[in-house]
Amino acid sequence: MNTTRSAFLAGLRDQAPGILGNIPFGLITGAAAAAAGIDPWLALGMSFILFTGAGQLAAISLMAQNAPPGIVVLTVVIVSLRLMMYSAAMAPYFRHTPTARKWLFSYLMTDHAFALVTTRFDKHDPPMHMDAYYLGASSTMWWVWQAGVAVGLFAGTLVPVTWSLDFAIPLVFLSLVMPALRTRSHWTAAIVASLTAAFCMSLPLKLGLMVASVAGVLAGLLMERFRNVGTEGAS
Amino acid sequence: MSGFDWSNWLTVIFAGVLTLGIRASFIVLPPDAKIPAWLLDSLKYVAAAVLPALAVPDILFRDVPTGEVFNFYRIAAGLTAATYAYKTKDIFGTMALGMLVLWLLKWWSPL
Repeated sequence: MNTTRSAFLAGLRDQAPGILGNIPFGLITGAAAAAAGIDPWLALGMSFILFTGAGQLAAISLMAQNAPPGIVVLTVVIVSLRLMMYSAAMAPYFRHTPTARKWLFSYLMTDHAFALVTTRFDKHDPPMHMDAYYLGASSTMWWVWQAGVAVGLFAGTLVPVTWSLDFAIPLVFLSLVMPALRTRSHWTAAIVASLTAAFCMSLPLKLGLMVASVAGVLAGLLMERFRNVGTEGAS
Repeated sequence: MSGFDWSNWLTVIFAGVLTLGIRASFIVLPPDAKIPAWLLDSLKYVAAAVLPALAVPDILFRDVPTGEVFNFYRIAAGLTAATYAYKTKDIFGTMALGMLVLWLLKWWSPL
């Protein structure tokens, strides 16, 4: 990583497993839009404007049910809120990045880019060509994602349903969240959110997702508070 | 339905602006900005809550065989993949393993 070029390529190489794993996700997102009868241009525009698989899928399924626009926006925001946490974690790496580039890098931010950068580098001592490395990882993810959605839009329905390719979507979420479950509070948040999501499955308009997310965060906070009180009492 | 779908396009653009704002929030903020402690505390648990909330209904209730409540093949494949992800942090391996277990159970299960 001595030059910007080698840093760009290193980022691309390190992100390659995540990019490959995301291809079925993109195909299915495109296919889901086609199956839901979403206008192909709107589906491509969504992919370009939102650039977030989980948000796109939520928006597609809500638009297909003719949900009120407010609900669509609110659900996309809830699904995207975790990106604010990533933004906080990644800010130190881009402290010296020019402002315009900060906006571009923010737009390109994904779960995968966050996981890559924060696990590989020390935030107090980011590598010299951090920006080129990040661009190599995240811009490639962008192209492959857009291509995957486009192909899925026109050909995704050709994959036989019996292959259950849609199972790749929960697998992406699992592969991203499991390594992040480091403390008992994180586990509590995940378990409470999972149970709530299961029980609220039949709520209309993906409201179960909202309820489960809020319940999970509150449970994590409560567990943290409870554990802190416990340690204070013991000391 | 004919003509340009203004309502959905505006919805997407509005959601996109908010999503960009969420992503950019802390990155474009000056380093000395004061951020409320409750916000930072809650953010810690957002990914741990939202990602499972997205995944779990798709694992439990998709393609449920007639007469069953849950899809047990997906549960078994999901638990295997989750364990592997927890131990290895290997994204592609997790996907491959999860799909493989699901296909094996679906097509070669004696049940």
